[in-house]
Amino acid sequence: MEIRSKEFKQRAVFAIHDASLQQALGKARGGFVGKRAQQAAELPEFEQLREEAKNTKNHILDNLDHYLERYEAAVTAAGGHVHWARDAEEARRIILDICKRVDAKTVTKGKSMVSEEIGLNEALIEHGMEVVETDLGEYIIQLAHEPPSHIIAPAVHKTKDQVSDLFEKAHGGPRKTEVADLVNEARRVLRDKYFKADVGITGGNFLVAETGSSIIVTNEGNGDLTQTLAKVHIVTSGIERVVPTLDDATLFLRLLARSATGQETETYTTISTGPRRAGDLDGPEEYHVVLVDNGRSKMLAGRFKDMLRCIRCGACMNHCPVYGAVGGHAYGWVYPGPMGSVLTPLIKGLDNAYDLPNACTLNGRCASVCPVKIPLPDLLRELRHMQHQQDITPVMQKRALQVWRYVATRPKLYHALEQVGARFLSAIAKNGSIRRLPLAGAWTDVRDLPAPAGRTFLELWQGKRGQK
Amino acid sequence: MTESPTRGPRVGLFATCLMNVFRPNVGFSAVKLLEDAGCSVEVPANQTCCGQPGYNSGDYDAARALARQVIETFENYDYIVGPSGSCMATIRHDYPVLFQDDPMWLPRAQALSEKAWELLSFLADVLHAAPADSHYDGTVTYHDSCSGLRGLGIKGQPRALLGEVDGLKLKEMEDSEVCCGFGGTFCVKYPEISEKMVEDKVRNVLATGADTLVGGDLGCLMNIAGRLRRINAPVKVFHTAEVLAGLADGPGLAGAAKESD
Ligand code: SF4
Repeated sequence: MEIRSKEFKQRAVFAIHDASLQQALGKARGGFVGKRAQQAAELPEFEQLREEAKNTKNHILDNLDHYLERYEAAVTAAGGHVHWARDAEEARRIILDICKRVDAKTVTKGKSMVSEEIGLNEALIEHGMEVVETDLGEYIIQLAHEPPSHIIAPAVHKTKDQVSDLFEKAHGGPRKTEVADLVNEARRVLRDKYFKADVGITGGNFLVAETGSSIIVTNEGNGDLTQTLAKVHIVTSGIERVVPTLDDATLFLRLLARSATGQETETYTTISTGPRRAGDLDGPEEYHVVLVDNGRSKMLAGRFKDMLRCIRCGACMNHCPVYGAVGGHAYGWVYPGPMGSVLTPLIKGLDNAYDLPNACTLNGRCASVCPVKIPLPDLLRELRHMQHQQDITPVMQKRALQVWRYVATRPKLYHALEQVGARFLSAIAKNGSIRRLPLAGAWTDVRDLPAPAGRTFLELWQGKRGQK
Repeated sequence: MTESPTRGPRVGLFATCLMNVFRPNVGFSAVKLLEDAGCSVEVPANQTCCGQPGYNSGDYDAARALARQVIETFENYDYIVGPSGSCMATIRHDYPVLFQDDPMWLPRAQALSEKAWELLSFLADVLHAAPADSHYDGTVTYHDSCSGLRGLGIKGQPRALLGEVDGLKLKEMEDSEVCCGFGGTFCVKYPEISEKMVEDKVRNVLATGADTLVGGDLGCLMNIAGRLRRINAPVKVFHTAEVLAGLADGPGLAGAAKESD
């Protein structure tokens, strides 16, 4: 997927004025936030689990090479294959090679953000394969030819009406308007594809080093059909998703569903280990795992290591007021919201996504709900710092900061200017308000500027109590 | 640093930039509350800004320059107290981070960090003070400013203190913990997004039917008050300290009697 993060501002404004998008966002926001809060409140050890999850992840990241090696050995022992992909291109090539070798015509896909990250669908289609997304949300946006706008609810930006339209167009009428009917229709269409599929591709929520298993969680069971009915199962996953043991996986599973959708647990949690064994009733003939680096090992070595704890739950975007205002597409690449604003510049380049770290009030709500306690606002600020150092920050802003620093480190000058400012603003005010202020249109276009009374506190204080 | 036996702690008041220019009354309210609680308060003249605009814009050098100035100005007081969760969180949390690789300044930054308090949490958590028989006629709703709430754990303290004010009724709004869209330079860099956020905030304020909005950070209050004024909503806006000190009279940041224009 081509990155369009440079257009963040325009896309954000567009999104704010898109009535159906706003309707869809408003609905989703209330649901996710309330349900998560309820789950967190009902589990007395929830906060303790977050701390434990953070520490476990840190331990894994400190020993990532070790766990990845153990994982590879376990996968191989179970009859599967592990492939290492340095970047998106290599990952695509590995997967294409497998698909071509088995002469794949139809490829089904469970939800996988990594496959979005590496631009897999386009590559498969380009090579003549039919690609079918089987997650309902992914299926919807595939019909709409759109990228996901949320990492766990990819079609969250769509209203039910829009889905009805899409289905009518794709499947032929009659137009369904009830959610249950729409779901059934999608089921019916998808069912055939599962059986036709040569290759089934899924993500991996967790990779278990001890057993060589991959774990996926879904609410629709589509992942299970994708991976058991196809001849070949390919798991795509980031290298950071490995956990030492099944026990560790359960720690994260307890947090994942609660943080993501506010469920105690997702409807389906599926653990797969290797291909079909002799005597198994079903399962794929081949089992492959493509482990994608794509900038992760660089993150591991630097100040953004914390970001690799992410378990892709989406809580940060559900609680982000900026995401809530503009939706996921404004961010212009695969990962939206706070986690995306950290990941996108790191994976796609700082200057390709200038706005993402900046379009944030640093209000901290994301970090306060992140199940693995990633200090997202600190990481965003750190990216701003890098932009500043690398001269990616606009010149005007840098100049303004220089002037501010010059003045603010000279208290007498600073106070004199404050006094002038207070008097000026007070003089041009009407009824205590300034409705238009030259050079401050960004403020006064939206709101009045409450006017000062004319004298600064320090002035008044000195008059009252003398200089201290 | 000598503390006279008859007086309480010697407090240096951090006069935030917005307060200094836009709302001196907040400063006098802070002084009154601190003095009523037995502190001796001074306002050092050598202060300007805490440095947060530089820090949050990624200009760490500028932030450090300002931080050094604040440290030098305030390190000889028993406490540095300011009526802003945002500035005080910067001093408390960010100064030690800014100087983490500087063996000269780190201990000084840490020492100041430990005695840096936002006004209301200082009154409640350190001084265990209750406002001296203040009175406010009205229904008040409280906005949790983000830095105070998440950075400094300020949530119960202002509400408890407001609960002591005679005549005041507190009515909680929906999403009181959601950002109002101010965010320092954010509101002028991304005005449309900021507008959407403050719109949501104002809707929640109005839904309470409260006649007054209070909060602990002037940035947020100016943002919300400015929006209330723009849509001619008759809600008064005060800093919590003004209400507690009994100095919340007059127009406040919004809600002034307006001529039609
Ligand atoms: S950053 Fe945290 S909250 Fe956001 S998706 Fe990752 S784990 Fe979830």
